[in-house]
Amino acid sequence: MSTERSSQNLTLVQAVRDGLYGEMARDEDVLVMGEDVGRNGGVFRATQGLYEEFGADRVVDTPLAESGIVGTAIGMAAYGLRPVPELQFAGFMYPGFDQIVSHAARLRTRSRGRYTCPITIRAPYGGGIRAPEHHSESKEAFYTHEPGLQVVVPSTPSDAKGLLAAAIRDPDPVVFLEPKLIYRAFREAVPEESYTTELGTAERRREGEDVSVFTWGAMVRPTMEAAEELADEGVDVEVVDLRTLKPMDTDAVVASFEKTGRAAVVHEAPKTGGLAGEIIATIQEESLLYQKAPIARVTGFDVPFPLYALEDYYLPETARIKDGITDAVEF
Amino acid sequence: MVPLSVLQRDPDDRVQILDEDGGVVDGATVPDLADDEFVEMYRYLKLGRHFDQRAVSLQRQGRMGTYPPMAGQEASQVGSAMALSAGDWTFPSYREHLALAVRGWSLADDLLYWMGNEAGNAPPEDVKVFSMAVPIATQIPHATGAAWAAKLRGEDTVVLTYFGDGATSEGDFHEGLNFAGVFDVPAVFFCNNNQWAISLPRERQTASATLAGKADAYGFDGVQVDGMDPLAVYQVTQEAVAKARDPPEGDLRPTLVEAVQYRFGAHTTADDPSVYREDEEVERWKDKDPIPRLEGFLRERGVLDDELVVRIEESVSEEVANAIETAESTERPSPEELFANVYAEMPQRLEQQLQYLRDLRERHGDEELFQ
Repeated sequence: MSTERSSQNLTLVQAVRDGLYGEMARDEDVLVMGEDVGRNGGVFRATQGLYEEFGADRVVDTPLAESGIVGTAIGMAAYGLRPVPELQFAGFMYPGFDQIVSHAARLRTRSRGRYTCPITIRAPYGGGIRAPEHHSESKEAFYTHEPGLQVVVPSTPSDAKGLLAAAIRDPDPVVFLEPKLIYRAFREAVPEESYTTELGTAERRREGEDVSVFTWGAMVRPTMEAAEELADEGVDVEVVDLRTLKPMDTDAVVASFEKTGRAAVVHEAPKTGGLAGEIIATIQEESLLYQKAPIARVTGFDVPFPLYALEDYYLPETARIKDGITDAVEF
Repeated sequence: MVPLSVLQRDPDDRVQILDEDGGVVDGATVPDLADDEFVEMYRYLKLGRHFDQRAVSLQRQGRMGTYPPMAGQEASQVGSAMALSAGDWTFPSYREHLALAVRGWSLADDLLYWMGNEAGNAPPEDVKVFSMAVPIATQIPHATGAAWAAKLRGEDTVVLTYFGDGATSEGDFHEGLNFAGVFDVPAVFFCNNNQWAISLPRERQTASATLAGKADAYGFDGVQVDGMDPLAVYQVTQEAVAKARDPPEGDLRPTLVEAVQYRFGAHTTADDPSVYREDEEVERWKDKDPIPRLEGFLRERGVLDDELVVRIEESVSEEVANAIETAESTERPSPEELFANVYAEMPQRLEQQLQYLRDLRERHGDEELFQ
């Protein structure tokens, strides 16, 4: 038997599926539940083949009821299982919101540690796929605002698998938002065996000296493109993919900023109350004396996410990101 | 003895007027419609079926985004919409393309909406249809609220809301129907039970024997109707509407109608039903197809012949072609529309963001922005 580590070339959504498979094989307390996750294999095929492999008790097709899905997952988790509820689209999470914020987030706190809630709530989120109304929003800030929750957004297949495994094994609840724009955008070598990618750690995607850009999810790719284009213009951009939005790797943010003294934050969510504000405030608190320029925010607009004919104008793209970075550099 | 209203029948006792060949079932009473109204009903069914085929094809050709088909479900939409009066309101979900057309919201607008154009989302002033709900069951409490408001104002309006079998599992279904019973509002809760909530079959959605039976818990009538029988749907809805307006002594106004039907196609064009259901099942339900059933009835009645069928098919085809032409020739919305109607008055912060978008387009041009 070869001891060489083997890998497979997977898309992000296949890596999610692979991560679920690995955790279910490893721990029989892990179960997947949600709308159309079983026989159908998930509307994005994120659970394809799991039903056939693990059966209907561990890959559960639930009634159409998000509060029911999250609420029963909380009860299962308190009883000792490790449910991984899928909410079909982040735009349809709200009926489950009360269960997430009033119970999952604070079960440990309010029971003074007696009861815990190790659930990982998965949901595809974000725009850019010409989806119908209510299918494209980025509401990560709703969840990062809530004490007791952890919020993860992978941007690569290998991170998706490792972060998902870490989330499932974590003793506290995780909201795991999957950027569906890049579900199938590219493939990457993903190790076949199970592994975890530590929650709360950012990853530097590009090293640079002139300006730091903090971003996550589907915005990493246009940000990298902007960075490459700016490199041709003589601007050396560092790109930091936060990966976990809560707890945020503020050490990585601060270290990068103290090196460059300039920054931009890129997210698809609306500007007001978005995480860019939180990141910038952290930099102000930790690194004020390093700051050479106002920190740019390149974000969605403060408007309801439009029907798809206008979504390209709503979402930050490469030119807009370049402009924001340039503002931070040229100040 | 006064015959029981269909609404008082056992929920398991499905109301049906037409058999699978278009004959009138024993003991059923044909609704009191004029011949031209029956023909109009038939024309609407044909219009819906043809529209649906063209819409799916537009999506396949990349001319439209995701679309939720309705083939098989036309009778429920037409029968119910025709039973409303001009002043009544409809609160739709996202699959009622045809019901909306019957109520005066154009097919061209419907196409525009699914083409991602905000213009299709603006209800025409004279149309009494609320904005369609894409989240599941959220429109149900809205309908209850609107019906309640009509009652508070002493108006004669009835509100009918559509939702699917899956929606009956959501909290909003329970809350909307519970309020309706408590405040005795003039509402008709019309459940399009098409057997499948994407991949979940009706029997796995709830352990209840019927969905109509859930009305018992709210204190008002529930009735199960053959949702692929346009005459039965019309009759049941008409009685529910009449009762909502003017309930008999001791009876509550609301009704839950469970229209038992089948979605012949996919949940949406993004769905592949072959993964979760057998073709054989689809074929079985096609025997209940509302179009040949009503056609058989009308031919038997002597108000429809080959020549009229051809004329109807031609006119339906032209109407749909015109709707597509209108939708496709409508200008794409201006990017500035992003900022329109967010608030009654645009706040300063949005004005600044709008200006930023203008500058951005000026600086780069749309082509570079979206290469």
